[in-house]
Amino acid sequence: MIRGEHIVKSFEGRTVLDDISVSFPSGSTSLIIGRSGSGKTVLLKSLVGLHEVDSGAIYYDDVCYTSLGFAQRKAIRRDIGMIFQGGALLDSSSVEENVKLPLDLFTDQSEEEKLERVNFCLKRVRLENANRLYPAELSGGMIKRVAIARAIVMNPRYLFCDEPNSGLDPQTSVVIDNLISDITEEYDITTIINTHDMNSVMEIGHKIVFIYEGRKWWEGSKDDILRADNPELSDFVFASAMAKRARGMR
Amino acid sequence: MMNYVSETFAGIGRYCILTGKVFSRPEKASIYRRRILFEVEALGMNSIGLTAIISIFIGAVITLQMSINLESGFIPQYLIGFATRETMILEFSSTVVALILAGKVGSNIASEIGTMRITEQIDALEIMGVNSASYLILPKIVATVLFFPLLTILSIMIGIVGGYMIAVLTGIMIPADYVEGLLYDFKPYSIVYSLIKTSVFAFIITSVSAFYGYYADGNSLEVGRASTRAVVTSSIVIMIFNLILTQILLI
Repeated sequence: MIRGEHIVKSFEGRTVLDDISVSFPSGSTSLIIGRSGSGKTVLLKSLVGLHEVDSGAIYYDDVCYTSLGFAQRKAIRRDIGMIFQGGALLDSSSVEENVKLPLDLFTDQSEEEKLERVNFCLKRVRLENANRLYPAELSGGMIKRVAIARAIVMNPRYLFCDEPNSGLDPQTSVVIDNLISDITEEYDITTIINTHDMNSVMEIGHKIVFIYEGRKWWEGSKDDILRADNPELSDFVFASAMAKRARGMR
Repeated sequence: MMNYVSETFAGIGRYCILTGKVFSRPEKASIYRRRILFEVEALGMNSIGLTAIISIFIGAVITLQMSINLESGFIPQYLIGFATRETMILEFSSTVVALILAGKVGSNIASEIGTMRITEQIDALEIMGVNSASYLILPKIVATVLFFPLLTILSIMIGIVGGYMIAVLTGIMIPADYVEGLLYDFKPYSIVYSLIKTSVFAFIITSVSAFYGYYADGNSLEVGRASTRAVVTSSIVIMIFNLILTQILLI
């Protein structure tokens, strides 16, 4: 379980997150949705500690993450996998080196064991023959899959995804969504996805948190979202034609 | 004005904090060894060509200018070789080469690390639990501090050869006089002084450029600006330390 309590974050006097309290249950996929600029990415980065919050607290299974020092946070960070919007693969390293990096730095495994684990993760994301390729040689979908492989190589307990479908075609988006969802169930990971893609919400979201102008505006399940009596949420949700159709089918 | 002063001090403070992070205990020595070798090739070996070309021409030009300026029956010809050697050792091969490398290597480092910052590669390292400052910057500092003195020695040798070649090719002086000048009143400490300066300059170029790249924020335009600021600041800091080190080491 990941929990945030009264999180406030501002940049140069502008409040981006305003008193957000939220929890994400273990072993399930939770989605943070909202318009561009609503504060989703800042919330996600605050939860993992890439942004220091101005006030409030963040808990990982009852351990107060915000009160920990750099060295203590390191231990929790090794349980965290993160998929960034653009993949964030190291440009100067091959696919294999990118995925292997956490193993090189934090394990005492032999080279054979590390390669076995890398190949397993690449196979899991269906990129068996991409070991020697460099990020510049990969398509957007492949970059996201390598990022997923890198994120799961250390068997994380928590997986954070910042708009994993951005820049991808609808078919590839579904592949990435399903992959993240399958991995979450397979390894019992607590997954939090930041998105404004309603397809993802309807396909893989268990818990949905709607952020509007830096505040938590609504939370509930994907079934509740279509019935929610919240004008801002409805504006966001029904801007999607697919969701409109889904509403009509009900 | 006050704003500028406070921003400068804030910048120096952030530079010191970053340097502290860079020199904190590395995650795994074997990874760093590999990265140092990679950086030696990327930042050091790839600068050999530029250093060699500039040094041979500057050595030749110094010899030519000295021969023109010292043209007198009362001044022995070997002083041209002596002046060429001293200029190359004391100033050109350490300071001027460092300024040139601040442009080449400094902008390379700032733009590489700046691009990593804006494409979230540095965030990705932090999330893995890696000390990104140490992982990215320490190997570059070690590589340049160790390798740039070799470039200085190379530059001195090639510059002196350039002077010899111009003496032979143009006939402005007898090559034997030039060689005599090279050997005249040679103090090995001059080489030590030059190498110490180069190591300090290497540290300045790498750490200042990495600082601007590491704190780049925004888009590709910002990376370009960071790269320019890195070159300008490194060059100014090099000149200041050139003065300080000369005062400390030679006087």
